Amino acid sequence: MTAIPMEHGLLLAAVLFMLGLIGLLVRRNIIFMLLSIEVMLNAAGLAFVVAGARWAQAEGQIMFMFILAMAAAEVAVGLALVLLMYRKFKTLDSDQVSRMRG
Amino acid sequence: MAIIFYISSAVAVLSTVMVITRMNAVHALLYLIVSLLSVAVIFFTLGAPFIGALEVIIYAGAIMVLFVFVMMMLNMGKKAAELESSWVNPRMYVGPAILAAILGIELVYMLASGSNRAAGFEMVGPKAVGIGLYSSYLVGLELAGMLLLAGLVGAFHLGRRDED
Repeated sequence: MTAIPMEHGLLLAAVLFMLGLIGLLVRRNIIFMLLSIEVMLNAAGLAFVVAGARWAQAEGQIMFMFILAMAAAEVAVGLALVLLMYRKFKTLDSDQVSRMRG
Repeated sequence: MAIIFYISSAVAVLSTVMVITRMNAVHALLYLIVSLLSVAVIFFTLGAPFIGALEVIIYAGAIMVLFVFVMMMLNMGKKAAELESSWVNPRMYVGPAILAAILGIELVYMLASGSNRAAGFEMVGPKAVGIGLYSSYLVGLELAGMLLLAGLVGAFHLGRRDED
């Protein structure tokens, strides 16, 4: 059984990361921005796992678990901030809350 | 056999494009779940079944449930009911259901043919990951635990209502 080239896996990770980045830059709804960040983190983890599979090492999967823990903590705090923002400004548009004086 | 990897890749890219082009957050969430499931199938083909299971349980399970909770909390207005009935229009399930069915067929095929590493790489099982995690990366594991605790405390602090 011949293995697929590692570059194809990395290319997939790069495409998913770019899609997440495009979503983050284009969308102004804060929920969609958080979703795009999830896509980007997932793509970064995919790159780690592909590289780990290429050399048959467990390190790639271990790094993915750290990314997973980081994503969980990030999304919990991020969604709490979204709730706070909606309670205070009654909007989910990130352009409406761009002034730092609040 | 490598075709399973490429089909899952196509499903992942397609569903991610649908995520960033949807106008409705719930529809985007449906497609994001399909995207995460397809990445989980890719992990399975790459010989990382443990990480594939974690992806389904934590990403597609726990984190997406957090998003759904927050989205439902944000829409507690009077017209929340009709808004929700417009969101869960059965026609919106067709796209994610077709993509998920493709992934399901791939999974059944892989299980039936006994090839749990269709991309051709050597399998790195949960045992190797656990040994590495609890020996070389023990400090990182402790730091990840502290990060999760900090996330918990931070989310609780931000989410609490002022009683005064």
